[in-house]
Amino acid sequence: MAEVVLSQKRLAAGSTRFCAGILSTARHLTIEQKMADYSNKLYHQLEQETGIHTGYIRTGSIFLAQTQDRLISLKRINSRLNVIGIPSEIISPKKVAELHPLLNVHDLVGAMHVPEDAVVSSADVALALASAASQNGVQIYDRTTILHVMVRKGQVTGVETDKGQIQCHYFVNCAGQWAYELGLSNEEPVSIPLHACEHFYLLTRPWETPLQSNTPTIVDADGRIYIRNWQGGILSGGFEKNPKPIFTEGKNQLEIQNLQEDWDHFEPLLSSLLRRMPELETLEIMKLVNCPETFTPDMRCIMGESPSVRGYFVLAGMNSAGLSFGGGAGRYLAEWMVHGYPSESVWELDLKRFGALQSSRTFLRHRVMEVMPLLYDLKVPRWDFQTGRQLRTSPLYDRLDAQGARWMEKHGFERPKYFVPPDKDLLALEQSKTFYKPDWFEIVESEVKCCKEAVCVIDMSSFTKFEITSTGDQALEILQYLFSNDLDVPVGHIVHTGMLNEGGGYENDCSIARLSKRSFFMISPTDQQVHCWAWLKKYMPEDSNLILEDVTWKYTALNLIGPRAVDVLSELSYAPMTPDHFPSLFCKEMSVGYANGIRVMSMTHTGEPGFMLYIPIEYALHVYNEVMSVGQKYGIRNAGYYALRSLRVEKFFAFWGQDLNTLTTPLECGRESRVKLDKGMDFIGRDALLQQKQNGVYKRLTMFILDDHDTDLDLWPWWGEPIYRNGQYVGKTTSSAYGYTLERHVCLGFVHNFSEDTGEEQVVTADFINRGEYEIDIAGQRFQAKAKLYPVTSLFTHKRRKDDVELSDLHGK
Amino acid sequence: MCVCPGPRRIGIPVRSSSLPLFSDAMPAPTQLFFPLIRNCELSRIYGTACYCHHKHLCCSPPYIPQSRLRYTPHPTYATFYRPKESWWQYTQGRRYASTPQKFYLTPPQVNSILKANEYSFKVPEFDGKNVSSVLGFDSNQLPANAPIEDRRSAATCLQTRGMLLGVFDGHAGCACSQAVSERLFYYIAVSLLPHETLLEIENAVESGRALLPILQWHKHPNDYFSKEASKLYFNSLRTYWQELIDLNTGESTEIDVKEALINAFKRLDNDISLEAQVGDPNSFLNYLVLRVAFSGATACVAHVDGVDLHVANTGDSRAMLGVQEEDGSWSAVTLSNDHNAQNEREVERLKLEHPKNEAKSVVKQDRLLGLLMPFRAFGDVKFKWSIDLQKRVIESGPDQLNDNEYTKFIPPNYYTPPYLTAEPEVTYHRLRPQDKFLVLATDGLWETMHRQDVVRIVGEYLTGMHHQEPIAVGGYKVTLGQMHGLLTERRAKMSSVFEDQNAATHLIRHAVGNNEFGAVDHERLSKMLSLPEELARMYRDDITIIVVQFNSHVVGAYQKQE
Repeated sequence: MAEVVLSQKRLAAGSTRFCAGILSTARHLTIEQKMADYSNKLYHQLEQETGIHTGYIRTGSIFLAQTQDRLISLKRINSRLNVIGIPSEIISPKKVAELHPLLNVHDLVGAMHVPEDAVVSSADVALALASAASQNGVQIYDRTTILHVMVRKGQVTGVETDKGQIQCHYFVNCAGQWAYELGLSNEEPVSIPLHACEHFYLLTRPWETPLQSNTPTIVDADGRIYIRNWQGGILSGGFEKNPKPIFTEGKNQLEIQNLQEDWDHFEPLLSSLLRRMPELETLEIMKLVNCPETFTPDMRCIMGESPSVRGYFVLAGMNSAGLSFGGGAGRYLAEWMVHGYPSESVWELDLKRFGALQSSRTFLRHRVMEVMPLLYDLKVPRWDFQTGRQLRTSPLYDRLDAQGARWMEKHGFERPKYFVPPDKDLLALEQSKTFYKPDWFEIVESEVKCCKEAVCVIDMSSFTKFEITSTGDQALEILQYLFSNDLDVPVGHIVHTGMLNEGGGYENDCSIARLSKRSFFMISPTDQQVHCWAWLKKYMPEDSNLILEDVTWKYTALNLIGPRAVDVLSELSYAPMTPDHFPSLFCKEMSVGYANGIRVMSMTHTGEPGFMLYIPIEYALHVYNEVMSVGQKYGIRNAGYYALRSLRVEKFFAFWGQDLNTLTTPLECGRESRVKLDKGMDFIGRDALLQQKQNGVYKRLTMFILDDHDTDLDLWPWWGEPIYRNGQYVGKTTSSAYGYTLERHVCLGFVHNFSEDTGEEQVVTADFINRGEYEIDIAGQRFQAKAKLYPVTSLFTHKRRKDDVELSDLHGK
Repeated sequence: MCVCPGPRRIGIPVRSSSLPLFSDAMPAPTQLFFPLIRNCELSRIYGTACYCHHKHLCCSPPYIPQSRLRYTPHPTYATFYRPKESWWQYTQGRRYASTPQKFYLTPPQVNSILKANEYSFKVPEFDGKNVSSVLGFDSNQLPANAPIEDRRSAATCLQTRGMLLGVFDGHAGCACSQAVSERLFYYIAVSLLPHETLLEIENAVESGRALLPILQWHKHPNDYFSKEASKLYFNSLRTYWQELIDLNTGESTEIDVKEALINAFKRLDNDISLEAQVGDPNSFLNYLVLRVAFSGATACVAHVDGVDLHVANTGDSRAMLGVQEEDGSWSAVTLSNDHNAQNEREVERLKLEHPKNEAKSVVKQDRLLGLLMPFRAFGDVKFKWSIDLQKRVIESGPDQLNDNEYTKFIPPNYYTPPYLTAEPEVTYHRLRPQDKFLVLATDGLWETMHRQDVVRIVGEYLTGMHHQEPIAVGGYKVTLGQMHGLLTERRAKMSSVFEDQNAATHLIRHAVGNNEFGAVDHERLSKMLSLPEELARMYRDDITIIVVQFNSHVVGAYQKQE
């Protein structure tokens, strides 16, 4: 079948044509760095391959830091660029002045230089790519409008255009800012959450002595501007604090015609430009270009297959980095379409991280107004979006909020971070941004301590919850095939298991409770709601006797963590809850307070003792109130996800989406026990795991305890920090937290074994891990770390001495 | 306005030698301001102010164009105001204690005073669309009386279309203006309801089901509703709609907004009067309904529904339409008539309503019966009830009422009541795209500013941004430096306008702080706002403003439809 490219106007006539043409590899996500790196190499050789002039010049780029915090942010990027082989270095302001004579450097504290970054003419690159494609047999139709995509039985069958029909099995929606509308035009709509904002940049006439064509590109994020040389003059734009969203109501001819220069709006950026390059004052203006750019709700691009229509792929929402990502993103998407999966984990960019719930135009309009300035804002750990909040909430939201809860959001769901005691004030949002010890440190410490010594309750209602039931054995059969652990367990047992792909990698990591012989209750991470559903639907046979139901909204989940959880629950249910009667990983429907039919599960997602309560929402308030009032004498208090995170990282619990992804197998994270290769039937990924078991693993999830790290004074680890073994780079961290029991920072991360000669990946053994001396690189500074393959149990556990007890310990909190 | 029989132009022989007196118990902060007043305004206060028995200072310096006091007490009350100590002595004493210094409020302090009561409402856009002809409104109040006697209300009608906005200027206390502000819109909304909806609501009440909500209020946190009287008010309202249901002849007639407004005003005033006559077993409520009836309030209410704008006015508040001419300039269109002595038609009406022999006494010294400035008002049963009725109600009323000399006092030349009505004059205006906004304000604003200035200031404020033509480079040789200079200048100009986020606040800033050149003078603003409670009333009246902004696109679309 022929490959066809359709374009509504001329090819590359949209914002591609207007794009500033800056290719920069300095990105915050590794996957984005890799995409940009691939694009860079691709564009570099394009001219040679096609003979079309692309304007590719390797100018390099300089990222300026006006503040220490910005410099830290650049140093973090710098460490990560270096380990994937992109040269870059942190340089002094003096060096900046040498590299770019026009810059005012007196207010700088440093900068990052990426010498291989480039500029191109984006329209010419598009042309070159198109001509290369034509030579390989791709047909290109421009000035052709797509009316809609034809779908039969959930599979793309063709495209209806204003010039006729085209049969096809694969369709890629690359419609940029119109991708949202095109997605909705389907009979079965494909939700692609993105929204355009006006974006302005300035073109000047050439300098009297024209700027050298290899003058480096400048990014002054604190001044919110970028500057590149352009035909002897400069091109400069930026990401202002007060963006102007556009096309909220869809394609609107009036708005398109009205896209005018808005000098008043550009004034702050112009001031910033003149401050950075005072000599530009005398340079003559050529024009102010207004070209809308598309932004997504989380500042990451959108790619992948639609969860509802097979063969419907999407690549859009580039957040102003279309040129940088284009080549690499195209490559991953092509791999995805040909092999069924890309060669890197792209979950962070996957369309399925969103659902229809992010599709409201009002939500998108508000959110992109926050996202666009964020491009140049300082990116600090634990940052939460402020717009588009309080969409999905637990019934306890108001109760918890009134008790001082501070909130974070995942997949539209509000989750408590921690609870601020009434007598404590935290810093305002802007002041609280830090790479160092945050102001909530003591608050979370007391929550963690309470989890360890008494009992805490955490509202974890956001988790994705599915129920699978069947009339016969169909449910068990399909689950046995989809999951690696053995699910043919007695009723009432809970099984931790991975949902693996053919390569043995985790598509999802979940806990499944067998409610009855023929029904199962499945708990997965919050952002799995769309992805897991699509995966299950893909493999489940069309069988009316097999029912899959999303019951996320039906249950409020309370996590009772701590040694006294047993006491609270047994008091509320008049049932013995001790391990003899209620062993670990057990699920039982029982009454709690007046409410009957509460699913109580003996697990806490943290490795601590306790219970999860799955409560039908109408009972949520009642059960919460009862738990809190009965729990008072056991010292119960509310806790949030930060405490949970600290507990689980300390106990070496890996979470899907942070530590685990589609390219990590259970064997690589020490979860052999959760895989039953000999459970008597085949399951997806079994062959790959068998092979891996034979050959050994090439990477291993390891727990690191930072040794010489001063929690009060040193930069805190976050995730993505390079790990060095005996001075050699071996991998990156995936998550980190302060372990309040260990009184150390704990990082989880993967250790590889790269051959010193060839760089090839080799088998990683326990011995290899244990024999290394490790260091973690936090923004350029290396800290010694101890590697552990298994959780440290009560090594430093703080035992309260008898004479430490005071009267106040008897008070309820 | 003071409930106490304060001093006024006539009636009380104020001896120029008896200076006003301040109690030693005066709160300390106000003492700070004395040097300031002494320096600039003492000569004006001197000789005109006096002290009254419940420590409200009621003064009318001659320079104020309109005394805000509308009542004259019986001359014999003059004996109440015997000064114990002279103001002069007092300030002398103070001056020894403190070095004379100028006291100014800083701009942020001024702003916090001006913005304390500001409120803005934007008609919510849903998903980027907005189909209402009202974009939103800004409102604000600046008190001069303590407590303030002005009230304001704004609400969206939920069972019919349209939005209601109103300002209410109370006198002889705030009881009446408060009651009107919380009740009048319900009466209007009910008058506008079709028969079926009324039936539905009545059935719901009857069977204890949930009621249809009628109004969506848009209130500043300081705008309160009386909880105690809520049941009583509801019952009166229900009686009203029950009568409306009974009166319905069965034929579904178009509801006429004008008629509905007039009926609602009259009915509410009637209910206020009746509730006071009937009384209430709860002594608190009983006293409340009497205070409501014996105080008074004017009302100026706008009803906006699509392009149909109705203004119902009773009294001397005013509704002004801001119209933008094609050349961008602003002109004012008055949509209400003041009901006071300056309005010849009102004087004429009053004279015709009463026997010829009262022609001289009915309007005297520009006041109704020589006492009341507005010629129409809610409450004020002293000007509505017969002498018999007044005496009966007061005698059977609570002691507090009996002790109040003012309520007992019968206006002079009181022969053929009622002299006062709450019936509004209703003006209809069909909105055009050039009608950009409507200003509703109590006379506190109109006394200090000309209507043309009001419209110009609001107009320039609202369009501040758009007034400046966008810059285009188009073919000219412009350097970055030149452009930067130009933009900085434009921004500086705009930022002065954007000190206020609220058009009503901006207007109050001008009303209080304008110097002779029509520009806001910070020093003057600071002085005016730092007057102690007891003196503020001498220099300004309560000001209440609502600025409603219209959506020209929607108004234009209406026009095209037809």
